[in-house]
Amino acid sequence: MIVESSTARFDGLPLDCGANLSPVDVAYETCGSLNSARSNAILILHAFSGDAHAAGISHETGKAGWWDNMIGPGKAFDTNRYFVICSNVLGGCRGTTGPSSVNPATGCPYAMSFPVITIADMVRLQKMLIDGLGIRRLLAVCGGSMGGMQALQWAVDYPDQVAAAIPIAATVRHSAQQIAFNEVGRQAIMADPDWHDGNYYGGPPPARGLAVARMVGHITYMSDESMREKFGRRLRGKENFGFDFDVDFEVESYLRYRGTQFVNRFDANSYLYITKAMDYFDLTAGHPSVAAALDPARARFLVISFSSDWLYPSYQSQEMVRALRSRNHDVAYVQLESNYGHDSFLVDVAEQSTLVAGFLAATFEKLA
Amino acid sequence: MTAQPAHKTPFVPELLGRSDYAIIGEIVDPATQVLDLGCGEGELLEWLAANKNVDGRGVEISGPRVQRAIARGVSVFQCDIEEALADYPDAIFDYVILSQTLQETRRPLHVLREMLRVGRRAIVAFPNFGHWRVRLSMLVSGGAPRTRLFPYLWYESPNIHFLTVHDFENLAVAENLTIERRYFLAGHRKVTLVPNLLAEVAVFLVSNPRAGN
Repeated sequence: MIVESSTARFDGLPLDCGANLSPVDVAYETCGSLNSARSNAILILHAFSGDAHAAGISHETGKAGWWDNMIGPGKAFDTNRYFVICSNVLGGCRGTTGPSSVNPATGCPYAMSFPVITIADMVRLQKMLIDGLGIRRLLAVCGGSMGGMQALQWAVDYPDQVAAAIPIAATVRHSAQQIAFNEVGRQAIMADPDWHDGNYYGGPPPARGLAVARMVGHITYMSDESMREKFGRRLRGKENFGFDFDVDFEVESYLRYRGTQFVNRFDANSYLYITKAMDYFDLTAGHPSVAAALDPARARFLVISFSSDWLYPSYQSQEMVRALRSRNHDVAYVQLESNYGHDSFLVDVAEQSTLVAGFLAATFEKLA
Repeated sequence: MTAQPAHKTPFVPELLGRSDYAIIGEIVDPATQVLDLGCGEGELLEWLAANKNVDGRGVEISGPRVQRAIARGVSVFQCDIEEALADYPDAIFDYVILSQTLQETRRPLHVLREMLRVGRRAIVAFPNFGHWRVRLSMLVSGGAPRTRLFPYLWYESPNIHFLTVHDFENLAVAENLTIERRYFLAGHRKVTLVPNLLAEVAVFLVSNPRAGN
């Protein structure tokens, strides 16, 4: 399945901070085909470092999508039945307008003059894209982690446009621990002398800071058990300690590799802006309770969490489920057993696939 | 498959392999809201949705069972029964079903009261500990009874609160509950005489007249 990237341009996007971003580009990809009733569209929402290339083989890069194990013919998001859309988030660096985009007013990249954005802003832009594609109502919105936050935001902000929401390994608000890890990443980037207050475009990027940020991120995406299984205390290409500060352990090598790889595909300023959007995320702000915050939603919900996910622990999903239940929303929930930590929703997808496929089929049937 | 009207024939066919499901399937009115506690893999809710246009929710503690229920399109969430009930507002369900699970709950009276708080009616099915085989088993063996319905060794049994038909009816009186319908089963046969001795399974439809239905 070869997929091509498209871009849609919008004249302006009002933001929560009060600014208006103009113009705004959105990079997106689609798989499958929209039926004549336009009732089979599913919006996939990517996590922090993801992009629009969720499934299939990219026409541009030849690489498989980040959720290719979930999306495709006969898979959980069956592209023989459903029309699947995924767009790069606002503030991203993979085709959608973000801090690395050129500000038409100055002819230079926005850098830190880019307005601070929120999850609701990202969703507002996605809504414009969906409207532009002529889809009145989405069969489902689904994503893991930050994608799950967007799914919740969709369900609350556009209740009549979402038949089903599938937030996976997500939360209704970022916790102190989640904010803390994001702040470590941001500080690593901003402490890099190459960052230059964000004005590094045209010169070397703050590669060391961004790599350290990614290393911390990767630790939080795994679990104690998965790291023990994957690396243990194994040494990297040596029998004994080197008694220096080169790589001794496999886990060091892995983290350094991941950090370096990340620099090649991700913009440091996007890291700052998107993590800030996640940290600002609190659906309950201005509401007396989680239940009141989620009450406008009309979607069926499938909520999934993972046993070894300590970054977005099950209690956060359960809080969401309890709140939905207390207002008698239609909600299904299960914690899946997995050792892969927060990454489970990306890598340990067998059970998740069965759940999503059954839930989508039932939703589609109810709508028909 | 449809549930036969149980009052017309002493023979109760199986629904999804269970006679108590056949009775529950008959009791539940069409197009109602139903909460099934301990719903297993959601077979009953799926049947009620398909055959009676019921809007159902299920609660189940076992993760693998919840997975299979969700995969068949039923809205089930993984939760302890008591905790699940506590979250619901008053009187939002037409029926709350507890099938073959009351004897497994830690606080059965609390569960029953909660069922009749969140639902206008409760359907409770349970194995009758007063059945003559249970009594005989205990009398003869001198050990904890083991029968077709109570097959477990005492240390493996999930059943922690044994009750009989009499016990439940006495509780209904003590709690001022109205027993709207009662069904007694032995295998696939309906029991009409001395149910406390002859019924293996009892199914009660109860409501709380004070709840102002």
